[in-house]
Amino acid sequence: MYNGGKIILGLVIFVGLFAFPIFYNTGKTADVPKPSLDTPVINQMEKKECVESKEWMKANHMQLLDSWRDSVLRDGNLVYESTGGKKYIMSLQNNCMHCHSNKKQFCDSCHSYANVKPYCWTCHIAPKENEI
Amino acid sequence: MNAILSLIAVIGLALIAYIGVNAAGLQFFFGIVVPYAAMALFLLGVISRVVKWGRTPVPFRIPTTCGQQQTLPWIKQAKFDNPSTGGGVIMRMILEVFLFRSLFSNTKFELKEGPKVAYSSAKWLWLGGLAFHWTFFVVLVRHLRLFTSPVPGFLNGIEALDGFLQVGIPGVLISGVVLLAAATYLFLRRVFIPNVRYISLAADYFPLFLIMSVALTGILMRYFVRADIVSIKRLTMGLVSFSPSIPEGLSVIFYIHLFLVSTLFAYIPFSKIMHLGGVFLSPTRNLANNSRMVRHINPWNYPVEVHTYQEYEDEFRDKMKNAGIPVEKE
Repeated sequence: MYNGGKIILGLVIFVGLFAFPIFYNTGKTADVPKPSLDTPVINQMEKKECVESKEWMKANHMQLLDSWRDSVLRDGNLVYESTGGKKYIMSLQNNCMHCHSNKKQFCDSCHSYANVKPYCWTCHIAPKENEI
Repeated sequence: MNAILSLIAVIGLALIAYIGVNAAGLQFFFGIVVPYAAMALFLLGVISRVVKWGRTPVPFRIPTTCGQQQTLPWIKQAKFDNPSTGGGVIMRMILEVFLFRSLFSNTKFELKEGPKVAYSSAKWLWLGGLAFHWTFFVVLVRHLRLFTSPVPGFLNGIEALDGFLQVGIPGVLISGVVLLAAATYLFLRRVFIPNVRYISLAADYFPLFLIMSVALTGILMRYFVRADIVSIKRLTMGLVSFSPSIPEGLSVIFYIHLFLVSTLFAYIPFSKIMHLGGVFLSPTRNLANNSRMVRHINPWNYPVEVHTYQEYEDEFRDKMKNAGIPVEKE
């Protein structure tokens, strides 16, 4: 090979960059997130349900919260009617976090796994959690 | 026609993934086998292509000379456009790889009234190419968040910068939008400029459509057809740690995205996208123009048997003297 040293060095750098995640992850255990529903309020509920179905909430909760924010702040409309016809107060701190009072075990478990950084808490006050 | 065929090919690829996952239930094949095969093909293909280029001799200096070469001390040399030293070549390569300097000097030929010939600078291709490549790179780097856990710090900075507009939830990432727009521009350019259309082949349109479809499915997944990011990360982390499994909740659009990306990676070593390695191995870019300073010997020169005049004279001295021919050595 002509200029073999330089070309092989380039190839080694290329493969090294490509395999960066493999080196980076070795020895680190990736915990699969399990959002915890173990809070006093949820435990007391007879029928454990959110404002919408679990699957829908899993995929769309961020867009729901976004539309709630617009609805409350821009239109002054505070009541959300779910697809089941139930009415809820649109409030992150007083309604969502009332049940899901365990931000660290609930919100953060998936968000930190997928490296999502929602800016909810730049305005809202994050719940104070009792360390158990 | 080339464009339509390429478009049909890309739509066909998406349909293969759609039918394969939705109707045939080949999640294991499309989620694990295809990505691994594509990555293996990509790595081995790129290495073998580069080694093949490396084995090709480049006996003489053939850099494109885009400026004044080194000459008399009072004539200014264009050090980056016509480098004569290793350092100049490195600068030239950096400018070429990161800023597409040669594309920046692109010109447009026009026939004006008169008729007059006019050449003018044409920067749109350079700008579109730069936007396309850089955003593609940012998008690629951003995807590391699916392949690393915990996510390294520099990704947070990139993502924060990329999403600094804070439009909508999930926040719009500028790179994805610009990537799709730039790829669309590069495609439309081929369609609407007649002389570019004339030289465009299916091998030009196909990768463009492929990249556009990858960007489109990515954007769809992020903003419109919600895909379960946690399941996706479980799959990708399984792939990268060589303990793959198919988690629950992967939607078909994710499989389409993955299959198109796999096709793109597998296609790279066999296509013009190999310029990602080729740019470093272009003799017209990576050689110093020092033909007049250094003797470059052709590597395949075989030893030539020579019979010098001195040897000739030694052999025939007597005969030459007898014939009265003057000799150098008596």
